[in-house]
Amino acid sequence: MTIAELEKPLDPASWNIQTSMPKLTALTMSAELEELAERRPELVVLTADLASSNGLDSFQRRFPDRFINTGIAEQNMMSIAAGLAASGHIAYVSTFASFASLLCAEQVRTDLAYTRQKVRILSHHAGISMGFYGTSHHAVEDIAITRAMGHMTVVSACDGNAIRGLIRSTIDIDGPVYIRIGRGAEKPVYDAVPDFTHGRFRTLRDGRDATIIATGIGVKAALDAADILADSAPRLSVRVLDAAYIKPIDADAIRAAARETGAILTVEEHNPHGGLGGAVAEILAEGGIAVRFARHALPDEYALVAPPTHLYRHYGLTGDGVATALRTLIGR
Amino acid sequence: MDNAILPRNRAADPRMLEKKADWIRLETIRLVEIAKSGHYSSVFSCAEMFAALYYHTLRLKPADPRWPDRDRFLLGKGHAAIGQYPILAELGYFPEDWLDTYTRLGSPLGDHPDMNKVPGCDFSSGSIGHNLSVGVGMALAARLQQRDFLTWVMIGDGELAEGQVWEAAMAAGHYGLSNLIGIVDANGMGLDGNTEDVMNIEPIAAKFESFGWSTNEIDGHDMQAVLAAFDRAQQSDRPHMIVARTKKGKGVGFMETTPYWHLGFLGPADKAVAVAEIQERLDA
Repeated sequence: MTIAELEKPLDPASWNIQTSMPKLTALTMSAELEELAERRPELVVLTADLASSNGLDSFQRRFPDRFINTGIAEQNMMSIAAGLAASGHIAYVSTFASFASLLCAEQVRTDLAYTRQKVRILSHHAGISMGFYGTSHHAVEDIAITRAMGHMTVVSACDGNAIRGLIRSTIDIDGPVYIRIGRGAEKPVYDAVPDFTHGRFRTLRDGRDATIIATGIGVKAALDAADILADSAPRLSVRVLDAAYIKPIDADAIRAAARETGAILTVEEHNPHGGLGGAVAEILAEGGIAVRFARHALPDEYALVAPPTHLYRHYGLTGDGVATALRTLIGR
Repeated sequence: MDNAILPRNRAADPRMLEKKADWIRLETIRLVEIAKSGHYSSVFSCAEMFAALYYHTLRLKPADPRWPDRDRFLLGKGHAAIGQYPILAELGYFPEDWLDTYTRLGSPLGDHPDMNKVPGCDFSSGSIGHNLSVGVGMALAARLQQRDFLTWVMIGDGELAEGQVWEAAMAAGHYGLSNLIGIVDANGMGLDGNTEDVMNIEPIAAKFESFGWSTNEIDGHDMQAVLAAFDRAQQSDRPHMIVARTKKGKGVGFMETTPYWHLGFLGPADKAVAVAEIQERLDA
């Protein structure tokens, strides 16, 4: 049955998981992997009964032999991917970020990181983007967990083009890659697929008065904040960096931001401990760099339930919220 | 070292394989002496199967440990690696003097095997319950790449308490992986006592059959039975599980009756008794 046929009997107000997928335009994994798979025969894709949620059912239709659905057995999926990678494949595993980073932490550490396998973890619906589904489906510890794993590369996509760019830029890394992805409804930051450089932030806007180093949905909020701060009194000129690479981190860009703008605010959809803010603070502290610095993250507690956009507003992960946090940091 | 391929199911005298098993026991005792701690009895229960796999069954190329067409052997019960290392050294995967560094600072050889440090180790292990899943991945890779290598995974009966084993069993049955062969070294004991008392996992074979595997149950110390089971496993049109009934500590009388030699150290007097008992069989 085609999607069109599935849609037919529905009231226009109705939706289901199949018919809603086209609305999640920022879930670009399948499109990118389908392109790569054409010229990379070693590429295989795994998911754990979430192909309809992450859009990989499209890859499945095009490359059925190279698509493996393990059923709802995420730990098994990670270890199977390890076996595939140890036999010459590049394996992309995909599941909710909470399952990838928490349920499977041990398989990821022991079977992928320790053994240095070419497995790429497409960790979607990260942060609190699952909204009212609640804490079991939120992943606000995943950056801290994966960052602490040896051999692990940690990247974070702020929109659909960034997902594609990060999949491309990490395909040949020797070792596992944790690719942090949102829910697919992110507003675009990039109007084309960006070229990411390993271990480098991307400068989205230059500025003199402060720097916002943001990742994930925080990037769009930071850009909106920069607009707000440029247009309201006192006017501020704010540098915005997309921390697409969290590990390895762009120490040069952090040091330059401190030196040239004198204030750094990190923005992330994560627990304040061990995330992007922690990683930036490590570079500053180890460099003996005195700079006004604050982490704008979620509180160290479990989020309320609400639609995701309501949660972002509540926790200040919006242009207004970030602008307020920056004014608080620099006192003007 | 020549570039020879050791073919699958090569001719081997069962009596020679039995002696290899006892040699593995002696080497285990020797290496535990270096570490002052080790898993004697976990090796002793599977020594005959180690000998049969490496000196008869597996298709190997010691000069090229990552040769894509080699048969894979994954040791889910990674704490028995101490019995695997002497074999790999003797087959030429690495110099025999590496054995003398066992567990010492910087040695490639730890209590659990590391695939990136130990040539001939097909996957790292240590956390019980993962390697059957890894084996599923390797068997899927063989199918995707249209290679005929077989993937063997040895797990313990205590390991069967781990839920991931059953996720892997379900997947292997679902995908119909006839190129995957499991061995349960069912020595009946974990660290805290008899498996059936700590967490009963019987009936093992019936469980795997219900997941779509073929199975057979053997005395894992009877070399003829081991060889016959290994042969039969390779003929199956489904994933195959060999349930090998074994004795933890087999081959040293005072170790056979208790779980407490799962981890330990033999003082000089006890070591002499154990070595003499094994040596007597080797000399017979």
